[in-house]
Order: sequence, then C-alpha cells, then structure tokens
Amino acid sequence: MIDSKIKIGVLGIQGAFAKHISMLKNIGIQAEEVKYHEQIDQFDGLIIPGGESTTMSKFFDEMKIRSKLIAFEKPIFGTCAGAILLSGGVADPRVNSLNLVPIDADRNAYGRQTDSFIADINLEFDPKPFRAIFIRAPKLSNPAPEVKILGTFKDDIVLVCYRNILLSTFHPELTDDSRIHRYFLEHLVAESYA
Amino acid sequence: MDKNSFEVKVGLAEMLKGGVIMDVTTPEQAKIAEEAGAVAVMALERIPADIRAHGGIARMSSPKVIKAIQDTVSIPVMAKCRIGHFAEAQILEALKVDFIDESEVLTPADEENHIWKHDFKVPFVCGCRDLGEALRRIGEGAALIRTKGEAGSGNIVEAVRHMRRVQSEIRKLSVLKDDELMAAAKQLGAPFEIVRQVAKTGKLPVPNFAAGGVATPADASLMMQLGAETVFVGSGIFKSADPAVRAKAIVLATTYYNDPQKLAEVSSELGKAMPGIDIASIPEEERLAKRGW
Repeated sequence: MIDSKIKIGVLGIQGAFAKHISMLKNIGIQAEEVKYHEQIDQFDGLIIPGGESTTMSKFFDEMKIRSKLIAFEKPIFGTCAGAILLSGGVADPRVNSLNLVPIDADRNAYGRQTDSFIADINLEFDPKPFRAIFIRAPKLSNPAPEVKILGTFKDDIVLVCYRNILLSTFHPELTDDSRIHRYFLEHLVAESYA
Repeated sequence: MDKNSFEVKVGLAEMLKGGVIMDVTTPEQAKIAEEAGAVAVMALERIPADIRAHGGIARMSSPKVIKAIQDTVSIPVMAKCRIGHFAEAQILEALKVDFIDESEVLTPADEENHIWKHDFKVPFVCGCRDLGEALRRIGEGAALIRTKGEAGSGNIVEAVRHMRRVQSEIRKLSVLKDDELMAAAKQLGAPFEIVRQVAKTGKLPVPNFAAGGVATPADASLMMQLGAETVFVGSGIFKSADPAVRAKAIVLATTYYNDPQKLAEVSSELGKAMPGIDIASIPEEERLAKRGW
C-alpha cells in the first residue's frame, strides 16, 4: 500500500502539471505544484511534467532551481519534456538538461503534432499493455548498462528507470490508468520514504 | 496506432498550459520568442496591429513564411486560416503546422459555417466571446478555446469581457438541474451533450486560453487570474520598444501570475508598451471580435 502521508512536488513552470497533481490525488497521496526553489526539500519525490523542454530549461536558471534539482536525492519522475530534461545526452543546444540519467534523448523524434499518436506499449512489470499517449514525443537511445528498460513500443524505449529516477516518453497523466504513477510511488518513492 | 484521436489533439493543448504563445512574422522574431521561453509561436505574415492598419483582405500566411519559421524553432508552430476556409486549413495541415487557429483576425471566407474540424488530424484553436460560441466550436471539433479579445488593439478590455462571460456562464450552468439543461442549451445555441458535460464538470472539456489585447505582464497575470490557462500575445511583443525583454517578462508573469512581488520585479525594466487603441474609437464594422458567431 502507498502511504497517504507521501508528498510529491510537481514542477509547475508550465505544461501538464495539473494533470499529474490530480492523478496523484486520485491515488490518495498529497501533491503540490512547485514554483520556487525554497519548496523543493519538503517533498518525498518530484515530477517534472511534459510541456516544452526549452521553456523549462530556461526557468531552471531563472528560478535558481537547477542545483536544487541536481542535489535532490529522492526519486524523480520525468514525463516527455521532463524525461528530456533528466537525460544526459541531449544534442539540442537549446535545452540545457540536468544530466541525471545516462541515456540520450532526441527531441520531437517522431515528427510534428500530426505524427503524435496513441498506442499500446509493453511493460516489463505487468503483462497487461498500457495505452500510451505520445505528443511530439522524444526517443531515448544508448542507455548505459545500469539503466533498466521498463517499457517498449516496437523497438523504441519508452519507459526506463535509473537508480531512483523514472523516465517516460509518453503521458500517463493524460489517461485514467494510474499504473505508471503507482510504479513510481511503490517502487521508488516508498523505498526511500521508509 | 491511432493518430486522429481527440485526446491526441487536446494533449498538445495540455502541454502548452501555463505558457505564452507569441505571434511572429520572421524567423528572427521566432528565435527571440523561443529564447524568451515561449511554448509555441503563431507564424503570420502580418501581426494583427498591422492587418488592422493596412486593411485589405487578410489571408493565410504564405507557406514560405511558415516553413522558414518551422525550420528555425523547435517549439510548436501554429498558423491561422480564415473562418470557414477549409482549403487553407488543408494546406496548413499539409505543411504540418502543429495547431491551426481558425481566426477572426483574418477576413472570414464563410459568413455562415465554420470549418468541420473533426475531419483534420491537426488540432484547431478557435476564438469565442461567450460560452455558447465556445461550445459550438468544440462541437465542430476545436481542441482548444481562446477568448477573441480585440486583436491588435493593445487593449485588454474585450478579452476580460469574454473570459468573465465564459466563466460566469459556466458557473450558472453548474447549478442547473437536469430538466433545466435543454432550455439552457437552447438559449446558449450550443450542442446539448456538451452543455450537459460542462454543467456536470464545471469546466470546458478543452483548455481555455486568453487572447486579444495582451500587452503587458500585468495583462497576462490578469487573464490567468480570471481563469485563462495560457496566454496568446499578438502585437503586444513585437510592437513594443524592446521585444526580447517584454517577451521574457510576459513568460515569467504567466508562470508567477499570482505573485505580485515577482510581477513588480519583471515589470520594472520594460521599455515602452505598444500604444494601443480605445475600443470605442474602432468603428463597429472594423471590430475583429464580431467576425464569426
């Protein structure tokens, strides 16, 4: 069971942060948007939501939040833009990532919005597929050996875990299926919380 | 694999929330917008203030302008088509723009019918002045709603009017009983099923953004506090004295819209805003918000 006292901060610069917060509240834990670096230490875990990685990466410096995020030792979950911002290898100079996961991320790798799609993906921890929404999604590649691949769509890596950081290239917060959020809470957050 | 679903369209609108979408006419302006932290740009040949000043028929931008801007920035690129001009929309879809604005800023091509937006893979945003208009556009397939405001005026008064009207009409709907909803739908001139959904959830089924007359960080904050989820800025940035500084200030103001201390900080070194126009001085037939229904 997930402890209802767990408190997750969702980075609220812009993007789908409100969707993550309502997903977490539906699961039955506390969640708050984060707009100031002073807030960060009180949380048991963080989510960096989807949105525009260029915009968020600028705010990391504007909010003086970059070093706080890098030093945050508790679990972090990044979706889409959030996954890009946590990856080590981002070739696009417009995005200055946090470089916390040894994997490459290629922005908008499927194309523009007309190439966005919904598809069933396979999960390593659950035989039932997950109906995943991909919006101008990135592709992940070249994971270091310690990176665990938890989800795939065809040959693409779409969900990974490295130490206590989870990355997804799709948007579980836009669906009613809470399995990915629960995985984050049960396997990553609960462990460091206990 | 499903590419045409409404969820995929609304999904992109969700990603734009809390951000600023800026009108740009050149790749250089698009770059300034992206560097300032815009979440998307609207590629135009002329910004609304110039369309207003020059007159004539305003049409979809040339594909050349749109492509040049797409090649320059990595954030989503939107473009406008005329109300009812589905052939322009088809061309914009072929160009792979990320969002189409069926916009009253351009000269309408059809005075009766808007585009049947369900036929497209690309999502649409449409303007509204009240809830009925918003729900009619959603019925036609719009994945995002914005206020019309009065584009190119630098005057926030119409956007405020439209946002307040939509919000108060939603509140009124949410207290009605089931047997009162059909009469409400009739009065709003809106599709019954969507009226019912709004009455039940207390919000629009798609995101609701502000547009038309935003010129300052305070304007952006005002619209966000009134319930907008993102702000479109048209002429307000590139008609001001220092576009890069103003663009960044409006981006910060949209994220920290409820933090007056921060707003004071970002508003302090701005340079001159665009001059702006009193709405009363715009003749009725030249008011852009009156286009479409």
